[in-house]
Formats: sequence, C-alpha cells, structure tokens
Amino acid sequence: MADDVLYTVEAGVPQNPIEDLLRMDRIPHIWCPGCGIGSTVNCFIRGLQASGLDLDKVAVVSGIGCTGRVAGYLKLDSFHTTHGRAIPFATGLKLANPELKVVVYSGDGDLIAIGGNHFIHAARRNMDMTVILINNMIYGMTGGQVAPTTPISATASTMPHGNYEPAFNLPHLAESCGAVYVARWTTFHVRHIIKSVKEALLKKGFSFIEIFASCPTLYSRRNKLGDGLDQMIYFQENSEIKNGADTKSVGVDFQGKIIVGKFVDIERPVYHEAMYGHLKEKYGEEYMPSDEIKEFISGQNGD
Amino acid sequence: MQDESGVLTGAHFIDGDHACSEGAIAAGCRFVAGYPITPSTEVVERIAERFPFVGGVFIQMEDEIASSIAIQGAVWAGKKAMTVTSGPGFSLMMEHIGYAAMTETPCVFVNVQRAGPSTGLPTMPAQGDMMQARWGSHGDYGIIALCPNSPQECFDFTIKAFNLAEQFRVPVMLMMDECVGHMIERVVIPPPNEIKVFKRRYYRGKKKDFLPFKPEKDLVPPMIKAGDGYRFHVTGLTHDEKGYPSMTVGTQAKLVTRLSDKLKVNEDKIIEYREDGVESAELIVITYGITSRTAIPAIEQARKEGMKIGHLRLITAWPFPAKRIHELASKVKAFVVPELNLGQMVYEVERHAGSGVKVEPVSHAGGTVHDPKEIYTAIHRLMKG
Ligand SMILES: Cc1ncc(C[n+]2csc(CCOP(=O)(O)OP(=O)(O)O)c2C)c(N)n1
Ligand code: SF4
Ligand SMILES: [Mg+2]
Repeated sequence: MADDVLYTVEAGVPQNPIEDLLRMDRIPHIWCPGCGIGSTVNCFIRGLQASGLDLDKVAVVSGIGCTGRVAGYLKLDSFHTTHGRAIPFATGLKLANPELKVVVYSGDGDLIAIGGNHFIHAARRNMDMTVILINNMIYGMTGGQVAPTTPISATASTMPHGNYEPAFNLPHLAESCGAVYVARWTTFHVRHIIKSVKEALLKKGFSFIEIFASCPTLYSRRNKLGDGLDQMIYFQENSEIKNGADTKSVGVDFQGKIIVGKFVDIERPVYHEAMYGHLKEKYGEEYMPSDEIKEFISGQNGD
Repeated sequence: MQDESGVLTGAHFIDGDHACSEGAIAAGCRFVAGYPITPSTEVVERIAERFPFVGGVFIQMEDEIASSIAIQGAVWAGKKAMTVTSGPGFSLMMEHIGYAAMTETPCVFVNVQRAGPSTGLPTMPAQGDMMQARWGSHGDYGIIALCPNSPQECFDFTIKAFNLAEQFRVPVMLMMDECVGHMIERVVIPPPNEIKVFKRRYYRGKKKDFLPFKPEKDLVPPMIKAGDGYRFHVTGLTHDEKGYPSMTVGTQAKLVTRLSDKLKVNEDKIIEYREDGVESAELIVITYGITSRTAIPAIEQARKEGMKIGHLRLITAWPFPAKRIHELASKVKAFVVPELNLGQMVYEVERHAGSGVKVEPVSHAGGTVHDPKEIYTAIHRLMKG
C-alpha cells in the first residue's frame, strides 16, 4: 500500500522541524489516534521556536492527565508534578530563578478543578508564567468523567444522565483574576495558536491560552459526535474569531459556537518585580535580593 | 552580593519557632513557602521578616498543598527550601511528601505538632503525628524525622535537617511540638564558620545521554537543576535512571527498593540518640521531643530510690534505632515509653524489643505535657510490681 505513504523518514535523521524539541526516545506517545493534544504540542513547539527564547532556560511543568504527559515529551527541563499542582510548583521554580521562562501545560480538570485555587491565585499575583490549558471538556486520563468545563447536557461517565452543572467560562475567569494575556483557540487554529504561544511567552506576567481539543475516545464517542476529524469540523464550522471580545460573552454551550481570539493583553506589575521594587524602595541598599533576582532584574533594566 | 551566611551569631533568648527560622537561614535555606497555622506561624513570620535581608524569598501560598510543592519547584531551580505547618496543614501536605520521596527532592518539612485529630487543640502540644510523618503518604518510601526538645535544638536540628535532606535526597521532617515551639530559652548561634552546612552535590558530567537518577555508591544520585542545559525530566511516575516513566514491575521494584535502601544502608550516618545510664539499667525510659524533658524528674526520683533506670532519647524518630533497641532489650526487664499520643512510637519499640521484655506506654491524649508522676508511676510499678 505504498500509495498511502505520505512521506518517509530515514531512521535517525531528523526530518520534522520540531524533533529537536521532542524526546524522540519516548515516541510513540500515549495519546489516542485523533486526540487533539498532540497538535497543540506541535503548535507550542513552533511558537517556542519562533519566540527566540534560550531553550536551556525554558522549563515546562505539567500536572496529571493526558495533557499532563506533555512535559514528558518535551526536550526541555520538564516536570511532571502532581494532579492540580503544576502552578504552585512553577511558582517555586520562577521565584527561585526568575531567569527561567516557566510554562505550565496541563488539562482542564487538572488546572481548573483540583488546581483551581492555584490558578486564581497565580493570576491574582500576576506570577510570571505562561499557562497553556487543553480544554477537551472532559477528564481524559481517568476515563471520561465530568469536568468543570463539560458543557450542560453533554454526558460523561459520572454524568451518565447528561450534565446539569454549568461550565466555567475560562477566559472570563482568567481575566477576572488578573491574567495579563488571555487567548483562546481550537486545534483547528494552528497558526493562531503558534502566534499566541509566541506572544504569551514573550509577555511578562500571567499569560493564559485555552485551546479546545478533541478527545474522540471519551468525549466524542460517548456524546455520539464522531471521531477526531468530526470534532475538527465542528471547531472549523462553529468557531468565530473575535479578538478583543468581552470575555463575559465567550461561554461555550454543548456543540455551540466557540468565540476564539486574543481577548486580553494588558500590563500589570509582575510578582517578582513588584516584590523587588517594593523592598528596594523601602530598604534601599539594605535590601538583599537573591543573586538570581538581582541579576535578572538588573539585566532587564540594563544596569 | 548575597550574604552567604545570614547567621545571627551570638546568644539569644528566643522561642523554638524563631530558633527554627534562624536554623534554616544558617543552613542556607533561601526559599520558604508556607500557610499560617498555630503553633507554627512564628516560624514563617520571622522568615518573612528576615528574608529580604539575607537574599531569601518567602511566599505565603494559598494553602499547604501549594506550599509543599512550591518548595520543590524552588529546589529544582537550585534553592534549599522548606515549608512549615502543624497537624491540619501536615495532613494536606502528604501527597507532596510522597512526591519529594519519589523524585528525590531534598527539602524540609517542619511540623510544630498540636493536638488532633482534625482542628483539635490548636494552641496546645501533642506528638500525635509521628506515624503520619513516617507513613502518611501512599506507597513505600523512606523519610528522616528529627525531634528537638529545646529552642537550641530547634536551631541545631533545623540545620541538621537540611544537611540530611541534601545528603540523602529525601524529605526531612522536623517534628517539633507546641511546647518546644513556644518555649523561650537561651539559644547560642555559633559563627558561620563553625556551622557545618552540607553543600548540594551537583552532577557536572556530560549533557548528552546522562542518567540523572543513576545513584552513586551510597545509592543517592547527584542533583541537577533547571536552566543548566541538561534538559532533564522529573516525574512522580515510576521512572528509570533517565528519569523517564517506566511503568513496569521491574522498574518499580528497583526504584522503590532503592528509595528505602538508601536510608537503610546509610543508617549509621543518620540515626542518632542520646543515652544516659542505659548500660547498667534494669529499665529504660524511651523518649523523644518534649517528653524527653518531662521524663527526667521521674527518672531522677526513681534513681534516688535506688532503681537502676536508663534513659534513651530518640533524636531521629525515623529511621528508628531498631538495632539498638533490640540490643538493649536483652539487658533490661522493661521499656517505658511516654508519648503525647495514645501510643505511636511504642509500636516500634515493641516490634524491635521482641517478646522477652515488657514494653509499657505512658499515653497522653495531648493538650499539655505529662505530669512526671505518671511516668514515675509506670517505672515504679514495673520495677517493684
Ligand atoms: C490527587 C489525585 N486525584 C485524582 C487523580 C486521578 N486523575 C488523574 S488525571 C485526572 C483528570 C485529568 O483530567 P484533565 O486535567 O482534564 O486532563 P486530560 O486527561 O483530559 O488531558 C484525574 C482525576 C490523581 N492522579 N491525583
Ligand atoms: S483519552 Fe482523550 S484526551 Fe486522552 S489521549 Fe485519548 S483522546 Fe486524548
Ligand atoms: Mg481534560
């Protein structure tokens, strides 16, 4: 069936431009055919490459879940932590060494259910990190249970009669809590994701990208929505780009319209800079920041 | 330049909580995350006050779950780090004690114990978390737990806790209690050059194809940190020496056995206890923490009356000095084990003493310390009865 082969890869020769950033010794990955998570990783790597950041200084932190496995496939300093706690782990990394660009990459259940408290506080503090949330509207890893992002009327293994809990509108949540950069895309929006990843990585403060992705195995199948391709067609036909949209208005109903775009891009004092600035002003030379904070901040100020 | 020491050399009149903060600073701890809880709060309050002047970062997190993982992020970025709590917070931290054990993240957990369960007696002492410290997270792993009985020891043992954490890459618990935490005594802080601080062992080899979780002879792998170009992976999943998930029976056996064995083979370097009059004793009182002080009047009274009483005080509750207890068991007729709980470490004494010797707990539900009379009564009954 040689006709079916789209391209060939010679063994050991890097062919794909993102291979340098993947742990190829861990491929094949665990994700199901048609799963959207892999596409987001592809976009993330391209966005990271486009950002021009020093890759030795980028650390990725994941929680637990299908999306939580992302950290383990990226050839960066990468941490697979506990369920829901990627953000506080990332907070420790960042404050210990602000020179690190810290990325949190995890699932909707991980970041918003069990990890919701950390999410809102990191946004409030404007902790300098980029949070990439893969919203498949379900708990994938554990077998399709209801998530705080499951739309009303969708079914899940623990909502077998149809969901009657309202879902979070995540861009609105992030903005209300203080995120300085908020964007939402679906896996259909490959170029937009790449651009947003680059922008978010280069943005100081708490940046947040929500990406709708398919979970054909658990979400689509149970809800009779077809396979990964069908979900992609849904994303294509039902999403509308509205940059700057009022985040209050971007909630998503079951198989309803998905407003995507960059919604928020503002400036607010970043946690470690606010800490440094405040203590420096109050105590002058007496204040002794850590070497890492001092070097990083004076490097930024060019002094 | 950051002050390398930050040490407050001199004699001070401070409580155990504050002494613990100073110990952490002297040990080189420069990242603390915590969440207020009586009777431990003074530790983080002093850290918050002091850290801006010694190059440290303190953050009050949104809860203890966050605090106990934020410190581990800081460790992987190169800092020595600790968190501080009491019973309810300690319960919330359990998953991350397991994460530290599994990922071999050196860090310190301070637990200023209060009486439980649940909210219990927030302002009153107990020693009810001794088994939780050892076994509280799921799965098999090892930890080290130290029990100070004075503000001076809160200072000294905090330094020791950091040194042990670094040396063996395990979470180390400093098991204080409300009484020791709030007791004010003289604390002598030596000059920095007299304080032994264990420097983190870093891997400095090649960056390609290296094995970050390959142990050295002492079964402990050297550390690495983020930002140095190693592009390593850390996971709480069962992992191979490369740090990659490897969910097989074989990898599980190898890894989990080593996590336990690294403390077992190094036991002689870790275990510490103090003995007084045990060689000629007919009965030995086994104590730890504050109970080691309340037992003294009871022991002295019994000795005055001609009884041959020894005192063995655990400095490390975990690992437990099993060999020593076993040895002593053949020489005495009884062990008396007073604890501010309904019997925890006494199980360990029983387990290692064997059946030839009587083991008697002197239990106390907590809220205050023992009346030495209770301990004396047990001694007297066993000696004369
Ligand atoms: C403390 C704890 N509770 C529960 C679990 C089980 N668990 C693992 S992943 C997961 C849900 C993941 O859902 P999500 O974050 O949406 O990730 P997805 O798999 O959908 O990418 C749960 C409940 C766990 N590992 N730890
Ligand atoms: S279960 Fe769903 S989210 Fe998990 S890998 Fe499969 S398709 Fe993806
Ligand atoms: Mg999910």
